[in-house]
Amino acid sequence: MFKMTPNILRNLITDKATRLYPFETREPWTGVRGELGIDIEKCTFCGICALKCPTGCLSVNKKEGLWICDPFVCVYCGVCVESCPKKCLYQDLVYREAADEHGKIVMKGEPPRRKKEAET
Amino acid sequence: MKSTVIPIGPQHPVLPEPVHLKLTVVDEVITDVVPSLGFVHRGLEMLVDSRDYHQVVQIVERVCGICSMMHAMCYCQGIEEMMGIEAPPRAKYLRVIWSELHRMHSHLLWLGLFADSFGFESLFMQFWRIREKVLDIHEATTGNRVIVSVNKIGGVGKDLDDDQIEWILSELKNIKREVRRLGPTLLDDYTVKKRTVGRGVLTSQQAIDLGTVGPTLRASGVARDMRQLGYAALGELDFEPVIEEAGDSWARCKVRFKEVLASIDMIRQAAGKIPAGDIAVRVKGAPPEGEAISRVEQPRGEVFYYIKSKGQKKLERLRIRTPTFANLPALLSILPGLYLSDVPVVVLSIDPCISCTER
Repeated sequence: MFKMTPNILRNLITDKATRLYPFETREPWTGVRGELGIDIEKCTFCGICALKCPTGCLSVNKKEGLWICDPFVCVYCGVCVESCPKKCLYQDLVYREAADEHGKIVMKGEPPRRKKEAET
Repeated sequence: MKSTVIPIGPQHPVLPEPVHLKLTVVDEVITDVVPSLGFVHRGLEMLVDSRDYHQVVQIVERVCGICSMMHAMCYCQGIEEMMGIEAPPRAKYLRVIWSELHRMHSHLLWLGLFADSFGFESLFMQFWRIREKVLDIHEATTGNRVIVSVNKIGGVGKDLDDDQIEWILSELKNIKREVRRLGPTLLDDYTVKKRTVGRGVLTSQQAIDLGTVGPTLRASGVARDMRQLGYAALGELDFEPVIEEAGDSWARCKVRFKEVLASIDMIRQAAGKIPAGDIAVRVKGAPPEGEAISRVEQPRGEVFYYIKSKGQKKLERLRIRTPTFANLPALLSILPGLYLSDVPVVVLSIDPCISCTER
């Protein structure tokens, strides 16, 4: 009892150790690998991200200028962000929220024109 | 007296992972144990056939959710040895820092689960509260909480700046104080001792004969730790394996508790000695034809990687022997003779990681 009393009193005064989670969230740390995004205007559709991705969640269509990501397959490892030569991929500081429908993220950009086309 | 067969698992409140034990019981005393595994086999080793050797780093990280950093480190060291690459000194120190953080969070998780196995719920929550701080360090420095994805062949993918190192050290100071405060509750408590002392005794000779590894081996008085090999930057740090003589569940618990404090000490040493410089070297080409082995001390013991290459980007074979695989025979030999009520405590005392074992 003598051992427990100070502990009980301390716990009465101090704050809670937990948060009321869905209503109260903490600030994300800087550098967190959250949801994957792309700055599609900078993208040259080289396809290196799709080549390096260990899960195969990315696919790039150079002809049509499409960048497709399956967020349900992505494991947030950040390999694509590191390997992107144009640095157009980025990861948000927050994780993707739970979803009840499966869908893919499709981004359409301007595919790079061939040299001959660019000259004309 | 007539014997009865009692199945435990694969779904059981005390087992964090699916393992099925068929216990033959006479009265309340166990006479025989037959395990069955294979509930979470994922065939990760076979994925090396279809992936580039760089991509396998992310695959081996998923062998175990708790010691992912060490799996990747072990694989990278094996490939680096094959290709004749040496990671820069700074990368080696960063690997030590993150791997010891991983050991801390794994041991704190286990200490909590162990407390839970004998029904000490509040101690379980206290240990997990401390563990959360280690996970915060992971998240702030690497970007992910558990599967940190910092290793790559030739070094590491993330760097720590001076402010971050200072912040880690200040956090570790708090963690050390809090862990020490919980020490007497776990190690000197009458009830805890009643449930753990003398339960599941493994003598040092038995431990060696059965090929036991990690804290299970060290709790039986054998000072064998793969960190003594001096991989990464461990050769330049002061390190003594933690050992206990008794070989029972309590000794295994004490070894892990002391290893948390030892890991804090090692991170401090590494942070004090960390040199400036690059964090990775550029890797070109494929691993040459041949084979390599790599060993790393994980929280649960020695992990062993065998890598075979045919000189192409895709490896020919990868074989992983995880610590729980080595510790299971010891578990089966200590269970007979114990009471049925001791099973959860003794099974947890070897820290079984079934997902690791089945890969």
